[in-house]
Amino acid sequence: MKRFAPGRWLVNGLSVILALFFVTPLMWFIFAPFDPTPNLSVQLPETFSLDNFQTVISNATAMRALLQNSVFISGSVMVLTAALAALAAYGLSRGNIPGRDILTTVLLLFSSVVTGTASMVPIFVLIYNLGLFNTYQGAILTLVGGALPTSIFIMRDFIDGIPKSYEEAAMVSGAGSLRIFRDIALPTLRPGVLVVAILAFVGAWGSFLIPLILIRNADMRPASVAFYQFYGDEGNPNIRAVAAYALLYTLPVLLLYLLVNARYGFRFFGGIKQ
Amino acid sequence: MIQRPTILSRRMSLAFVTPAAVLIILFLIYPFFSIISMSFTNQSLTGAAARNPQFVGLENYTNLFDFENWMSRGEFGSSLWITVQFVFGSALIGQAGLGLFIAILFYRRRDFFRHLVYTLAIVAWITPDVVIAFAWFAFLDPFTGTLNNVLGLFGISPLDWLLDYPLVSIILFNTWRGTAFSMLLFTSALSSIAPSYLETAQVIGASRWQQFKDILLPLLQTTIATDLILITLWTFNTFTPFLLTGGGPSFRSELVSIYTYRIGLQRFEFGAGSAVAVVVMMINLILASIYLVIARSRRPR
Amino acid sequence: MASVKLAQLRRTFGTVKAVDNVNLDIADGEFIALLGPSGCGKTTTLRMVAGLEAVEGGQIHIGNRNVSTLPARERDVAMVFQDYALYPHMTIAENVGYPLKVRGVPPADLQRQVQLVADRLQIGGLLERRPAQLSGGQQQRVSLARAVVHKAQVTLYDEPLSNLDTKLRLEARAFLKHLQREVGVTSIYVTHDQAEAMALADRIVVMNAGKVMQADSPMAIYRRPANTFVASFIGSPPMNLLPCKVDQAARILRFSDGQSIQWSQSVPAQASDEVTLGIRPEHLHWHAEPAEERLGAEHFVTQALGGESVIVLRLGEHTLAIRQFTDDVPVLPSRVWLSFDPNRVYFYGADGMLLS
Repeated sequence: MKRFAPGRWLVNGLSVILALFFVTPLMWFIFAPFDPTPNLSVQLPETFSLDNFQTVISNATAMRALLQNSVFISGSVMVLTAALAALAAYGLSRGNIPGRDILTTVLLLFSSVVTGTASMVPIFVLIYNLGLFNTYQGAILTLVGGALPTSIFIMRDFIDGIPKSYEEAAMVSGAGSLRIFRDIALPTLRPGVLVVAILAFVGAWGSFLIPLILIRNADMRPASVAFYQFYGDEGNPNIRAVAAYALLYTLPVLLLYLLVNARYGFRFFGGIKQ
Repeated sequence: MIQRPTILSRRMSLAFVTPAAVLIILFLIYPFFSIISMSFTNQSLTGAAARNPQFVGLENYTNLFDFENWMSRGEFGSSLWITVQFVFGSALIGQAGLGLFIAILFYRRRDFFRHLVYTLAIVAWITPDVVIAFAWFAFLDPFTGTLNNVLGLFGISPLDWLLDYPLVSIILFNTWRGTAFSMLLFTSALSSIAPSYLETAQVIGASRWQQFKDILLPLLQTTIATDLILITLWTFNTFTPFLLTGGGPSFRSELVSIYTYRIGLQRFEFGAGSAVAVVVMMINLILASIYLVIARSRRPR
Repeated sequence: MASVKLAQLRRTFGTVKAVDNVNLDIADGEFIALLGPSGCGKTTTLRMVAGLEAVEGGQIHIGNRNVSTLPARERDVAMVFQDYALYPHMTIAENVGYPLKVRGVPPADLQRQVQLVADRLQIGGLLERRPAQLSGGQQQRVSLARAVVHKAQVTLYDEPLSNLDTKLRLEARAFLKHLQREVGVTSIYVTHDQAEAMALADRIVVMNAGKVMQADSPMAIYRRPANTFVASFIGSPPMNLLPCKVDQAARILRFSDGQSIQWSQSVPAQASDEVTLGIRPEHLHWHAEPAEERLGAEHFVTQALGGESVIVLRLGEHTLAIRQFTDDVPVLPSRVWLSFDPNRVYFYGADGMLLS
């Protein structure tokens, strides 16, 4: 049957060009981390070596940023966002809140209007005045606040798709609201909570502007800021460290996305990532 | 009006919503009003204005829209113009165009090449900002960068991209970075179009171009509108190019987001920075409203 | 077990009267089917009894308790849902035992009761599985088991068989009837499938536009529809309805296409100009020859259905159906003459109500 598509050779040719377009800027990260003498060009290492990782691992600041600061900040953001978004979305979907649909729309509007670009100044002032400047809590709460609107939308969408008859059957069985939430709702929400949690984690892991603004103490900065300082602030970047560190720092994000993709497909990411 | 019995009582629902509401009020609603009120003052982090900010009326705004020299390098007008070009080039032409092209190229195809292109585009999209920025820093390096090496194969002599073509560089960068979203959106829209539509056209004898123009394009209309609005909104607000060029050289790639950062959080002129933020929010509001209208009209199908 | 009494029950959604002054007395142990087209208010009525929909006006009594304002969990009703509502994260045993668990029944006792009910419903071997591993018919029986184990005063069924395919539905129907005979609990059963209602219910309540159209035994509803709505809703094909004028003095019926026939059968005294004649397709017969009390009609099409044939006729702008029980395909001339079984003809007034 004739398909709506140009000839196969043309598609394949275009595919190769597109693949090259997307892969070329990334190729450096495939080789340089294992090259004992890397420069900024893409080159096959003459000898394969893990020395660059050795260098990074022995760098206390870099490792603390990655394994302590980033893990703690992103982990906290993940737990808080998932918990608060699940509760709020459940309340909005199944609860008795007047004007809940208008509320959701207004929230959507606000979250697209008050972007990081627009709100960085007042958030800085707010955190400063709350005495949370230069603390983990300041960055964590800000990131959670930023992640919540989208997370609530995703969760609400998810919950609205779950038949109410689950909870109604429990109501008729004699269960009270808290019991229904614990026994029936929470277990059925689990896949949605997982997706929101992963998205919150990945968002916090990659976030740069918020920790840059809110955490000045070099020992408390997460890997994103530490990495930027590796190449940005010090004039001459330590290319060996940059290459290996980039790989270590990126790996969790790639793995999590692959996990979500395998389980749920990428439809969840539409309208979410900014 | 009789209230239907809900699964959660009023008290319980409020208890569920409150924790999230507190954080959203703090980090979304409060900043919104704070920006507006701060934009009429000369507040800053240090100096006399830090302790006793003065009400300065529209001064911050008149400074922004000082049409005498607002187009000079590093001024608001110039930054706005750079942003418009950036959005037009990287979002509307770059991401949406390329995304639509890829989605159609691989329409109803599930082979190795589709898998390869989609995976690479998505990796480009999800890798953290700082890493991507460095990747492009290396990619665009004037002496050993891959881009110049590749262009060298075609006999084009090396260029100093970040120094001589900073705006072109960040447009290319952002196209590469964000195409995956439009690609995925268009792909999912295309996959929901029943094959019988195109098969009917084929039976009638429509050419491929006619099939695209008369059937696919009209069916994709709202998706295209949605996509354009969303990526315009996001691209207008993105800060990531800062990591590549820092807004330079000499402000030639200073987007409005970077301009806000420089005024507000490097020079700590909170009042002036807030005035920029208010303008940004107004533009966001217009874009978001259009998006909501489109989303609404689409809901009932 | 208990009786149920609905008194002047009302519920509106916006401007739509979903339930409009419904009165119903259900005896202890009685099986009632609420039957009607979609949107007739039957499900809303059921959900009001369950406590899942607010009572806007009127009262609901279960036994001697007024439950109108009680939350669902305090009403002591069991409910079987259309989509079964089996919790995907619980095993079958946990699903069936959930109403007992909520009531704080000790685990050993709970297990014993679950096993007992499960065995009776032939799902005793599936207790360790999850709902997703079961077939539709098995899931349906699990949801029945959860209602049975509850031992509530009233069991409510919200179209419980409509998600099954035809063959399974017939099996489940027989199963349900058998279960009902054993358990004998007061039941309200919502369905849009008249065969299901006829087969299961002690009494059928036909609803339309929020109102009760007729409440009676299945056979009485079939035989003597109280109004044209019930007449045209029950039966497949439904009752033939023909507008006509009655000349009481001359004993003549005049039809809209101009035909008049002699009518020696009894005619209700109130029958006059604007009446509708109703007769079931199996009580209408065709003849190749005209006669004095026969009505002429055009043959339109014949559908042979195996054990019976449905003959469709045109009379002016009206369509009539004849049901003929034969496994031969009847061959009709293009014009036929119809006769009516005596005592099977009903007349409905201008308001659609049965004249007697």
